[in-house]
Amino acid sequence: MSLLKVTIDGKTIEVEPGTTILQAARQIGPDVAPPAMCYYTKLKTSGGYCRTCLVKVTKGSEKDPRPMPKLVASCRTTVMDGMEVQNYSSEEVVEARKGVVEFLLINHPLDCPICDQAGECHLQDLSYENGRSKSRYEFKRRTFEKIDIGEKIQLHMTRCILCYRCVKVADQLTPGRVHGVINRGEVAEISTYIQNAVDNEFSGNMIDVCPVGALTDKTFRFKSRVWFLKPVDAHRDCDQCSGKAVVWKYGNEIYRVTGRKDQWGEVDEWICNTCRFEKKSPSDWVEEGPRKINRHSVISQNHYGSKTRFVASPESLPQKQLS
Amino acid sequence: MKSLSNRSKVVSDKNMTLLEGAYLPAVVKGLGITLKHFFRRPATLKYPEEQREFTEVYRGKHVLKRDENGAERCTACGLCAVSCPAEAITMVAAERKNGEEHLYREEKYAAIYEINMLRCIFCGLCEEACPKEAIFLTKEIAPADYEREEFIYGKDKLVEGVEPAKRIDVSKRQDR
Repeated sequence: MSLLKVTIDGKTIEVEPGTTILQAARQIGPDVAPPAMCYYTKLKTSGGYCRTCLVKVTKGSEKDPRPMPKLVASCRTTVMDGMEVQNYSSEEVVEARKGVVEFLLINHPLDCPICDQAGECHLQDLSYENGRSKSRYEFKRRTFEKIDIGEKIQLHMTRCILCYRCVKVADQLTPGRVHGVINRGEVAEISTYIQNAVDNEFSGNMIDVCPVGALTDKTFRFKSRVWFLKPVDAHRDCDQCSGKAVVWKYGNEIYRVTGRKDQWGEVDEWICNTCRFEKKSPSDWVEEGPRKINRHSVISQNHYGSKTRFVASPESLPQKQLS
Repeated sequence: MKSLSNRSKVVSDKNMTLLEGAYLPAVVKGLGITLKHFFRRPATLKYPEEQREFTEVYRGKHVLKRDENGAERCTACGLCAVSCPAEAITMVAAERKNGEEHLYREEKYAAIYEINMLRCIFCGLCEEACPKEAIFLTKEIAPADYEREEFIYGKDKLVEGVEPAKRIDVSKRQDR
């Protein structure tokens, strides 16, 4: 099969047939890649719920150059040969995304100072980069009681944006799921089947895939803030998973263990609950070295003299250094 | 090399004139300068009897505010600590238990909150960063002490009292 040519924000790339616009944009780079809250490369059938990845297709294909009548979800739309897409260069897309962010924040509480996800929250980044600074919502926000999903995971449904990622994890990663989404529309919520505990060895991964602080690690609850910790790549021999993880250290103490996330905030390799929740002694892990953190991330703030490597993103460097 | 400030004087070893060699005019001139300062306003004050007038937004010792119901506003989010250029602030968070709602405003609170006053440079960035309007700098001066340990201020020294009389007014710093 021949490669398809697609132009996104004026940048052209050739991709395999069947590639979605979002994946093609990610191949070009973070400058043109639309943000995504529900799409997750490693979870099948994910995407299509949150609408943050909306883009404008100004030219359908080489054969049919008519533009698409409405903005399309780039995570679910596959590219055609000669397609031309506008993301950040389109005023309409930027404005629509602002609206989407406002909708996502309608029921989301403003409890970032309390939330353990703050600092690595995708919704925080999304609203900071693409949202309005004020909400126009005047009505009562929906709230829920906190629920314990199993011993180590806490579900705070108030913060949930219904991205379905955790449900896909339960479906695809763990056989025989015990939690899903009940009800519809405004009253939809993540629930376990009659409060059944999720006691699968890989259930902890739903903490990593959750873009907000709805699913959090109870062993790390209120222990520290992510920006006080030093992320270190580490591995251990595990008979259930790859054992490749990130340990978040404060001094010599390991506060929590997470999967290794790539540039798009997606976990490279799933890790098991034993690695995640029970191996918190430095002797359990073989350290590989400090993790690379973008120096604009809050995680890299105020680490004077620490050994963490903070990499500058190319666009942040002065032009002189680049040339 | 050319001077950067343009204020340096070139030293020469020329011989003094008769008037300069007599020294007495220079001595009188010097005494004149001394005498002039008797009639000037002194640069110092007789502290603590006299106190200097402070601006309304002076940045002195910190206070951790309570809300109108007397509950601590601080939720130990750590933004003050991460914004602090001197790394003077540390804290340990804890979860609020049932029945403690009158003590702490949010479900998380600072069990330990310490500011090292020897490190603090009173820049006010902690106040700027605080999302809960919990920490403010007051007009009070952090007092001197003999022991270094005494300069690590815990919650006992930082949190304001519950009684209305013990509340510390920070409205001037809020209105800016």
